[in-house]
Amino acid sequence: MRAKLFIAVSGLLTLPAYAAELEINVEIPKLNVAEYHRPYVAIWLEGADQKVAGNLAVWYQMKDTAEGHGTKWLPDLRQWWRKSGRTLQVPVDGVTGPTRPVGTHVLSFTDAQPQLKDLAPGEYTLVVEAAREVGGRELVKVPFYWPAKTPQSGQAQGSSELGAVGLAVKP
Amino acid sequence: MKRSLILAAAIASLAVPFTAAAHKAWLRPSQTVLAGTDPWITVDAAVSNDLFYFNHVPLRLDNLAITAPDGSRIEPQNMATGQYRNTFDVQLTQPGTYRIAVVNSGLSGSWEEDGKPKRWRGTPASFATEVPKDAKNLKISQSVGRVETFVTNGSPNETALKTTGEGMELVPLTHPNDLFAGEAARFRLLVDGEPAEGVEFEIVRGETRYRNAQDEIKVVTDAKGEFAVTWPEAGMYWLEATREDDKTSLPQAGQRRLSYVATLEVLPQ
Repeated sequence: MRAKLFIAVSGLLTLPAYAAELEINVEIPKLNVAEYHRPYVAIWLEGADQKVAGNLAVWYQMKDTAEGHGTKWLPDLRQWWRKSGRTLQVPVDGVTGPTRPVGTHVLSFTDAQPQLKDLAPGEYTLVVEAAREVGGRELVKVPFYWPAKTPQSGQAQGSSELGAVGLAVKP
Repeated sequence: MKRSLILAAAIASLAVPFTAAAHKAWLRPSQTVLAGTDPWITVDAAVSNDLFYFNHVPLRLDNLAITAPDGSRIEPQNMATGQYRNTFDVQLTQPGTYRIAVVNSGLSGSWEEDGKPKRWRGTPASFATEVPKDAKNLKISQSVGRVETFVTNGSPNETALKTTGEGMELVPLTHPNDLFAGEAARFRLLVDGEPAEGVEFEIVRGETRYRNAQDEIKVVTDAKGEFAVTWPEAGMYWLEATREDDKTSLPQAGQRRLSYVATLEVLPQ
């Protein structure tokens, strides 16, 4: 009896702290081309000053080929390169990874993780840039406010190298 | 009568600096923003009227100087001379900004010997030995010209951009490999290390063959020697400024012609 009560009380004291969450969906579209290569993609957060507040993901060819090391084409992600990439030493744990196939890819972060832990409250933009070998390049932006007091979501649609890009912010 | 006309024409034609007058000299790198473990670039060097097409003569590379991001000089590789262009490769082993420049400095002139015009080209050193001390109607002019471009591997830096204090040079207030369409870039022009006011820059975007007008941008340096240009679109741009003065380094030279050319790549947003 006493034990049960204790557990119940302690349950009240430790409030069910659901961590604030940011969930991102990025669709790499299926393209009907003769020579298809998986795109290089950079996903980052920009503050109101349009400076990079954090890199969330960079997908690139991480191995050497006869054409060169995969880092050679990172500058094709033009905006990411000038705002962040060129001062970054890749690979970066938890951020960089190999290129991904066609489909919707989900990234999820809690406010305890390094990408969001020190994010000051304010207006932000999720930016996704994609560049494909012998293909095109596209940049998609989704604005949001962090942290969210009520659940928010945002969506943008790429037209060539990116499909649907969505984000959901959970308070 | 006829002879003096020919003489006058000959002397007038000697106001030609080292690169053919009215033609554009340029260096064009294959790429200006690079990354990777060991990136290389190839540079075309030519003198022509059309940008950036090689259809006249190569630009001589006798005075090519490549400055690495740490300020040291490095050598080009795979140099080749063609009918219309010279080419060379640069291996970018260091991260940072490289400056690739051809700096020509010299004297040219004429005098009369036995009633015939004698032309001469040389340096202040060879002037003492090659030009007779009592030369008649001696007319000497000096020319100092810089043709350059910039390339960055990884993160840009500014060590190689340090000016030398000689001739015409640009201080890039906006980094030359950080240029994007629709954005304004700012530069300061120096002549012998001092800001130069009132010098006009002519700025032309490449691909002239595929349009009907030069669409050149003309801008004049202000009291601080500065000018700004907002790039209308992405592309490879050629910039030139020239100026004449009498601040020659040889007392016998009456006139000095300074010129500056840069090739800058402007990327799309």
